[in-house]
Amino acid sequence: MNHPELTLTDRRFGQTRRHDAWWLQPLAVFLGLSVFGLYSLWVVFQGDHYHHGPYLSPFYAPLLFDPAGHISGHSWLAGRPDWLPLWVPPSLLILWAPLGFRFTCYYYRGAYYKAFWADPPSCTVSEPRKEYRGEGSFPLIIQNVHRYFLYFALIFVVILAYDAWKALWFDNGNGGKSFGIGIGTLILTGNAILLGGYTLGCHSLRHLVGGIRDRLSGAPIRRTAYNCVSCLNRRHMLWAWMSLCWVGFSDVYVRLCSMGVLSDWRIL
Amino acid sequence: MATATFRIWRGDANEGKFVDYETEVSEGMVVLDAVHKIQAEQANDLAVRWNCKAGKCGSCSAEVNGNPKLMCMTRLNEIPLDAPVTVEPMHAFPLIKDLVTDVSWNFEVKKKIKPFNPRPADADDGTWRMAQEDIDRVQEFRKCIECYLCQDVCHVLREHDLHDKFIGPRFFVYAAALEMHPLDTENRLEELKNTDGIGYCNITKCCTKVCPEHITITDNAIIPLKERVVDQFYDPIKKLFRIFRPKQ
Ligand code: SF4
Ligand code: SF4
Ligand code: FES
Ligand code: FES
Repeated sequence: MNHPELTLTDRRFGQTRRHDAWWLQPLAVFLGLSVFGLYSLWVVFQGDHYHHGPYLSPFYAPLLFDPAGHISGHSWLAGRPDWLPLWVPPSLLILWAPLGFRFTCYYYRGAYYKAFWADPPSCTVSEPRKEYRGEGSFPLIIQNVHRYFLYFALIFVVILAYDAWKALWFDNGNGGKSFGIGIGTLILTGNAILLGGYTLGCHSLRHLVGGIRDRLSGAPIRRTAYNCVSCLNRRHMLWAWMSLCWVGFSDVYVRLCSMGVLSDWRIL
Repeated sequence: MATATFRIWRGDANEGKFVDYETEVSEGMVVLDAVHKIQAEQANDLAVRWNCKAGKCGSCSAEVNGNPKLMCMTRLNEIPLDAPVTVEPMHAFPLIKDLVTDVSWNFEVKKKIKPFNPRPADADDGTWRMAQEDIDRVQEFRKCIECYLCQDVCHVLREHDLHDKFIGPRFFVYAAALEMHPLDTENRLEELKNTDGIGYCNITKCCTKVCPEHITITDNAIIPLKERVVDQFYDPIKKLFRIFRPKQ
């Protein structure tokens, strides 16, 4: 049987000869990133229920100042700086860094170009637009700023590790602190570890610590660092999603505890 | 014996169509076996390029059910046989006949990349000394069999026809093998940015997915090259650094 209706040059949007569910992965990425994006936006402007005891939601870390009406014990400054407009919530001042880091991450770029921009929708599936500029010219040439976001992200890993440390010290009722471990402590520690695994597997870091050189023999520290980053980098996508989900989950946990919906279970 | 239908592209650059061929299939067969059986029994003039039947010569590249594949390495038990199996030529290159495309553009691209230029020999007998750990990174790239499946799947070539502005993943692998070689002294970054079009790659990793040699094209070749290009052309701090660094 002949099939004159099928051609090799048909490039209508979505045209492909693939039989598998090629749309599943971009759809999952689209939903995952959309939910996270909208949730982050809500959290930033909501400004409530971001702390509970020694726990601070990672969306608010580092907490520069408490929003009006809150005394969390986590803030770095005594109060809101006078020059700052009242509508600006504290998390807005810091969240650009981790969000920018993820937005310009090589993994996420490839994933959202497919899921949000259909460029391409999936491999060997035709695109909606003929013209194409890629990352070599404006606006996407800006993605090359990724390494600068990395520098901030490395600082954030330290800050979140510090918050996990602080989550070990609970009020003892006498105005002092005593060591303890609650479910929230484990969650915030997990958050710091996953974020560390994601950040330390960054392609730009891999370049910085060793990729920049053609020879690593004779530089044992560089070589070890390069091998470690490469090792994390091999699973960068997995780290990216695990850390993204966990940061959202950490916020939900702290929020529900703070709202009184959950009571944090003390293990120690 | 079971039968399966193969929907094979028949035609040349001017006209053509898909034609269904039903043929018997047996355990252990690969797509290339089925195509050869059809060629022997039903379509003697069917053009198909092949050489080794062992996944090493890179000749039998085609698209099977829309996926760029080596026909000799695609076993029939990996694909559903209850519906017709489409077998068509690669889309990114001009068609010669049936399943055979003209891949000579790739040969021309390769010639334009600055060749290996080693530093002066380390020993009096004209040989060099290298540490294995320094060569590990580029050894992966040497596995390439030049099947051009990565070129075929890359949307910059396949969908946007930017063959004159973009050298494609195969040649980023090639450039990376030279650029990261511990003995090489050449700098190819300017070409990579300006004429080879590395900026067109949007790291969507289709090339990595189809590579039959499992070369991690995007993560190990393209992104490290992009980072080197950023160093040289886009990073303001690096630029300042270069201005004030004493000349070597
Ligand atoms: S990762 Fe880059 S080179 Fe590879 S298929 Fe995608 S756009 Fe092409
Ligand atoms: S890199 Fe892989 S897919 Fe591309 S030509 Fe070489 S072997 Fe084929
Ligand atoms: S590449 Fe993903 S974080 Fe840098
Ligand atoms: S015939 Fe050589 S790779 Fe398939």
